[in-house]
Amino acid sequence: MSFVVEKPGALTLVQDLGRWGHQFRGVTVSGPMDPFSLRMGNIMLGNGQNDAALEITLFGLDIIVNEERCVVLAGADLNMRINGAPAQSWTAYYVPPGSRITIGGLSGDGCRSYLCFSGGIDVPLVMGSRSTYVRASLGGYNGRALKSGDVVNLNAPKPLWRLGDGLVCPPELRPMRPRDELICAMDGPQIDAFTQEGINTFYGETFTVSNEIDRMGYRLDGPEIELCKSPDIVSDGIALGAVQVPGHGRPIVMMSDRQTTGGYAKIAVVCTWSAAKLAQRLPGDPVRFRRVSEDEAVSYLFEFERSLETLDRMRATYRSRRR
Amino acid sequence: MYRTPRFLGSGDSCLVVEFSDSIDMEANLRLQSLRRELSKTHIPGVLEYVPTYRSLAVYFNPLSISRAELERLIDRTMDSLDPSARGVRRVLVMPVAYGGEFGPDMKNVSEHTGMSEEEIVRRHTGLDYYCYMLGFTPGFSYLGGMDESLATPRLRNPRLLIPAGSVGIAGKQTGAYSIDSPGGWQLIGRTPLRLFDPSDSENPTLIDSGDWIRFRSISSDEYSVIQKEVSSGKYSPVRVTEEVEGLCPSSSKNQAR
Repeated sequence: MSFVVEKPGALTLVQDLGRWGHQFRGVTVSGPMDPFSLRMGNIMLGNGQNDAALEITLFGLDIIVNEERCVVLAGADLNMRINGAPAQSWTAYYVPPGSRITIGGLSGDGCRSYLCFSGGIDVPLVMGSRSTYVRASLGGYNGRALKSGDVVNLNAPKPLWRLGDGLVCPPELRPMRPRDELICAMDGPQIDAFTQEGINTFYGETFTVSNEIDRMGYRLDGPEIELCKSPDIVSDGIALGAVQVPGHGRPIVMMSDRQTTGGYAKIAVVCTWSAAKLAQRLPGDPVRFRRVSEDEAVSYLFEFERSLETLDRMRATYRSRRR
Repeated sequence: MYRTPRFLGSGDSCLVVEFSDSIDMEANLRLQSLRRELSKTHIPGVLEYVPTYRSLAVYFNPLSISRAELERLIDRTMDSLDPSARGVRRVLVMPVAYGGEFGPDMKNVSEHTGMSEEEIVRRHTGLDYYCYMLGFTPGFSYLGGMDESLATPRLRNPRLLIPAGSVGIAGKQTGAYSIDSPGGWQLIGRTPLRLFDPSDSENPTLIDSGDWIRFRSISSDEYSVIQKEVSSGKYSPVRVTEEVEGLCPSSSKNQAR
């Protein structure tokens, strides 16, 4: 019960929803850059939302699945092929033993996607999670990105898994958004380290995603954000989406592999929902921030839960359909 | 330290309770006692508490609990803290082999401070260190309280790989590398203890913030013995618990500030 990696692609990692509960030990949460897509992919297959899948970034993965399974590519459409035939994202496919799954590359709606398998990926739990944290060689497949020749185990799927073949997630439920949508943010814990002009720049101007992006953070290019105090603070906690502004005035949005603590002033914190949207963007994409209230930020999360429930009901109905 | 801690929003899923804007042991002791008290109550929707030098970050699921409700519960807990309660000081004794192959930068520190190696070891082991927080890498503790006469600037050329357990000095700070990592600290010794062990799902880290560390000088022979015991799982670290008066500063004292 496994798949073999023929080509690993640009960056392919095993991720579940993250290693929560150990930040006080200095252990990074990691987990998926777009958790909403991973959760939906798992729901489509009848998996647990926290089951581990492959986080695929950009392009190039090529695997051979040794056992029959259903698979879904949830997230950006990365031109998947199954045994040579084009296969859609957000669609469950039955794959017979020996099937080859390849990921061609970007088609324009984002850069990360989750290849979910019915039953999920079976790697050892490390501190309660299967997520890979490469910097500390923690979790996932031997603590690292996949390489050619790796043999990755799969869990046994739950009963009736096969009946999910062909299920499509309706476009209106998918958590994908245009790559120029405004990014929602709330004022950060050190907003008083910035001048009014600096704050206006942050919420008013257009930034672009720089070339310096990874799972730890997204550095943005654009106008300098003016500070009125030193950007160096006595280290405190860094939440997902925290926007740090070092002395050079260029914002860095902290993502899944962020360190647990840091010493730069945080002007804002991107909402959980929007951080996953930013994670789909590529160097050169525009980024504009919009100041939102806590209620609005949380409303997106409630809305997603409703979509997830709708999808789960659809899955149940789909499986019990007349054939 | 502030008279009353401040609540700072940090996005839709994190609330920061800030006690001070500087490194302040009283503030840290207070936030540690708040953290202990909150951990006992198991607030539904709270994912974890992350103490730092001067604040406590509370991560929560906003679908389960609102920020306003969380603030109310934290306020209530803060009011209930007994400032005159006798505290407990947990000390971890950390054996360290100083100098030689374990402390390749001992010479630098000796040159910079004008002290002999023996004197450096005497001063480094002579005080207990308070662990304010963990961060940087898994299991890395930020310690306070080094004898300032030992202060030595970082290496001009950082090393690409420093073995886990290395004990070093960087400016006025001292600490131990918890995992193999690059770094620029002046290395004066190494502990055979495993500061971060992800395979130990119960206690992957030896030190918790709020603990104290007492370095103990050991020979290289003792280093090998302890190292063997650690790898076979037979070593249990020496921990000392001391009762102390008034770990939490009294509230009346705060009012006077």
